[in-house]
Amino acid sequence: MAGSALWFSLLLAAAFAGRATALWPWPQYIQTSEQSYTIFPHTFQFQYHVSSAAQVGCSVLDEAFQRYRDLLFGSVSFHFPQPMGKWHMSEKNSLVILVVTPGCDQFPSLESVENYTLTINDEQCFLLSETVWGALRGLETFSQLIWRSPEGTFYINKTEIEDFPRFPHRGLLLDTSRHYLPLASILDTLDVMAYNKFNVFHWHLVDDPSFPYESFTFPNLTKKGSYNPATHIYTAQDVKEVIEYARLRGIRVLAEFDTPGHTLSWGPGVPGLLTPCYSGSHPSGTFGPVNPALNNTYEFMSAFFLEISSVFPDFYLHLGGDEVDFTCWKSNPDIQAFMKKKGFGDDFKKLESFYIQTLLDIVSAYGKGYVVWQEVFDNKVKVQPDTVIQVWREKMPVRYTKEMELVTSAGFRALLSAPWYLNHITYGPDWKNIYMVEPLAFEGSPEQKALVIGGEACMWGEYVDSTNLVPRLWPRAGAVAERLWSNKMLTNLDFAYKRLAHFRCELLRRGVQAQPLSVGYCDVEFEQT
Amino acid sequence: MEHRGLGWPRLPRLLELLAALAVQAVRASAVAAASPDLSLWPMPLSVQTTPRVLHLSPDNFFFGHSSTSKAGPSCSLLQEAFRRYYDYIFGFYKRHHGSADLRVGVELQQLQVSVVLDPECDAFPKISSDESYTLLVKGPVASLTANRVWGVLRGLETFSQLIYQDFYGTDAMAFNKFNVLHWHIVDDPSFPYQSITFPGLSQKGSYSSSHVYTPNDVRMAIEYARLRGIRILPEFDSPGHTQSWGEGQKDLLTPCYNGKDPSGAFGPINPIWNTTYSFLSKFFKEISTVFPDEFIHLGGDEVDFDCWASNPEIQDFMRDKGFGRNFKKLESFYMQAVLDMISAINKSSIVWQEVFDDASKLTPGTVIQVWKVEDYTQEQSKVTEAGFPVILSAPWYLDWISYGQDWKKYYAVDPLSFEGSQEQKKLVIGGEACLWGEYVDATNLTPRLWPRASAVGERLWSHKDVRGLEDAYRRLIVHRCRMLRRGIAAEPVFTGYCDEDRM
Repeated sequence: MAGSALWFSLLLAAAFAGRATALWPWPQYIQTSEQSYTIFPHTFQFQYHVSSAAQVGCSVLDEAFQRYRDLLFGSVSFHFPQPMGKWHMSEKNSLVILVVTPGCDQFPSLESVENYTLTINDEQCFLLSETVWGALRGLETFSQLIWRSPEGTFYINKTEIEDFPRFPHRGLLLDTSRHYLPLASILDTLDVMAYNKFNVFHWHLVDDPSFPYESFTFPNLTKKGSYNPATHIYTAQDVKEVIEYARLRGIRVLAEFDTPGHTLSWGPGVPGLLTPCYSGSHPSGTFGPVNPALNNTYEFMSAFFLEISSVFPDFYLHLGGDEVDFTCWKSNPDIQAFMKKKGFGDDFKKLESFYIQTLLDIVSAYGKGYVVWQEVFDNKVKVQPDTVIQVWREKMPVRYTKEMELVTSAGFRALLSAPWYLNHITYGPDWKNIYMVEPLAFEGSPEQKALVIGGEACMWGEYVDSTNLVPRLWPRAGAVAERLWSNKMLTNLDFAYKRLAHFRCELLRRGVQAQPLSVGYCDVEFEQT
Repeated sequence: MEHRGLGWPRLPRLLELLAALAVQAVRASAVAAASPDLSLWPMPLSVQTTPRVLHLSPDNFFFGHSSTSKAGPSCSLLQEAFRRYYDYIFGFYKRHHGSADLRVGVELQQLQVSVVLDPECDAFPKISSDESYTLLVKGPVASLTANRVWGVLRGLETFSQLIYQDFYGTDAMAFNKFNVLHWHIVDDPSFPYQSITFPGLSQKGSYSSSHVYTPNDVRMAIEYARLRGIRILPEFDSPGHTQSWGEGQKDLLTPCYNGKDPSGAFGPINPIWNTTYSFLSKFFKEISTVFPDEFIHLGGDEVDFDCWASNPEIQDFMRDKGFGRNFKKLESFYMQAVLDMISAINKSSIVWQEVFDDASKLTPGTVIQVWKVEDYTQEQSKVTEAGFPVILSAPWYLDWISYGQDWKKYYAVDPLSFEGSQEQKKLVIGGEACLWGEYVDATNLTPRLWPRASAVGERLWSHKDVRGLEDAYRRLIVHRCRMLRRGIAAEPVFTGYCDEDRM
């Protein structure tokens, strides 16, 4: 591709044009110049264009205007240069927003269009987008374009940006079972996700260690399965707040209720749900995965997922399905009898498939789509063709690039997470490895590549809670965000380092405890409050 | 170990904790998880407890001085510590609970503190400070006896840890009975120490004018540490690691050459000019008055010889001195000059191991800090065989992070596991956990440090036989939650929770 090399050099030329281009993630197309316009905080406004489908009263944008005003000018006292006399050419006193398609009260979806164009020149200061979600992305970019001189004056350079995401699913997983994350940690994370143009919060709500999701159908799940039923839980109100907070930032909430494995915390609240493990001919007192041989199990799952389907508005639910340990199932005589009756022989993958298929049918009946971990595919569970498979295993049973090839050649849509387990830490600038991952670097046809809908950065909770979550996430997750948003040609580490170091200081300025990339400093350092 | 730096008493310390009865604050229900009376960190030399429980209430408990104590209310160090520990113990309680009346058994009304010898209230902690204490908890009056105030501080921490339901900042070092903050205050990237004698050093060598430690900041840090029984050991590393000095002090660093011409780059401090030594002499005179500790850390690590070798003046000097091409001799020449300077101002020196490795002779009594992880036990043998005191850091570089429970690795280290005589072992005065700053700043310092450094804290305080991982794990997770209550964002050891998971 001769054209792309030229195009890339243009990209770089633009990048080094000045401080105004310290954007993260980098837009698809940008032209900037040294020419700059002054912005006066007390006269500056966000305005809806008269022909915009969104107008005052559009909660998503009204609130975004307020947020970005606070982010940009909030901490400055009004002791900066006043406008000199009347309006002149080099001043911008508003950003005009035009949204083409109405829809301020909806939820973002996998299909949401996030494109926008941003034009700052002598004639206009204008943000055009198809949807409110695109406008949100444009507002974030706009906020990153504004810079401040040492004297305290705000400026924006003449700039033309046309931008859209490379992948529609750009996710971040938080695990609230291994450690409880206070609601404020989750909400703060959603803010920083929006700064990075992430658009999916994958909420791994429950797992073996604890069940913090408060179910109104089965309140005993949290009463008996949470770390502390008074303090370490998410109430219905908390969940609503997360969903709305995310929506206002154009972020989907993908709720995961992982079964049949990873369910030990479900057991105390729902007697009979888990498989009793046997030691010889007697129950050992321990429990294994969900018991797939009982009708009660499916009745419970029907009622439980009916609730989940109504609580979480996103079309997709994540049903887990990873790491099912067969030893307990094998030890249990009732399961053995069930296997015989069903003709499964000794193949426990068939039993797993039986469970998952029944569960998928239940969830489909509620009008939901689903995402599952790769084992469901690996174990040849028969799933509907529109199932999304999340690839998480780095090397086993096959390297993740091979897995991507296999999943897509079977015609399934794929999500990539394997190289992006941010809970795995090492000494040094590991963001570079995270950044250099190319999600489509596997063997396959263009049709196969088109089935990759994106990826997710995962922050599992074995060693992470609110004490270390933020510095461990940021700016490392930013590397994933740019890989999923920006053009695939963007692989220059020096260029990325400059912008990411700048972006990290901007995060600090915004109050985010983002850790350093290397030796150096920010004008505003983090201070414990 | 007498030097327990973050950045020493094990056997030399006689500390006992006799009949320590768990003292319970009002609500009995809350702390069932692990028997809290045994969740002390670091583990005392000796503990005896009984199942009897005492209770105490904020309205009817105080720290007092025994009539026989050599210290009294005029000892501000102790008065401050009493207030601090009263707050750690009752701070949360006062805010969140009424005067619930579930009191059973005997009430503990007073902890009576007795200092046996001259208390040293206004002194600075020293390498030889006595930190031993005896704590006897019984109702209604418990007693804490120590030779000096430093032992009282350690005993108060232990007392506070015995109380469960106790609630509640370099505070965290004191919570772990660390007693030395090794302050690596300057290095290549920046010079934040604001020198009174040479203000240009930080004016030109700091990241920015807001990225400096003023004399007042330094004084505050020293006093804050003193009140907690913590020494501040300042390090001014030279001749390498000094790029930032060059900005503010012209003609201090060696100009590197590219063939016959200066390349524009600079190397280590120039060891051949008299001006270098007159500068250093004035500089270290200031340091010796600003920092009260007996020791100054002089660095001396990782000196790169390439720049020296490129410089024609240095080449001439080497020839004149008869050093040949052995730049280690030049390095030793420099270090010995600085060591003599420090002796002349009546201070003692600590240096990184290279100074020992590269020297033919070295001022006796110079403390050698072992930091290279390769064959560090062998290095300990060599250094102690030559009769020099040792501080161990090699296995405790906490900036080297990895996935999982690496505290076990730090905990398993035995600082005396090298080959050597009893006399050699006695030369190991302690160790330091190091958290270098390449990837660490205020955003991630606290969770990266705690509770990982706690593993080092116990290794340096407790008896060498205290090493069971399961017991340590059980106590460490309680200790971590305790730090959390006291406002330290210590990261989790593993899956689980604390009652007070932070907001």
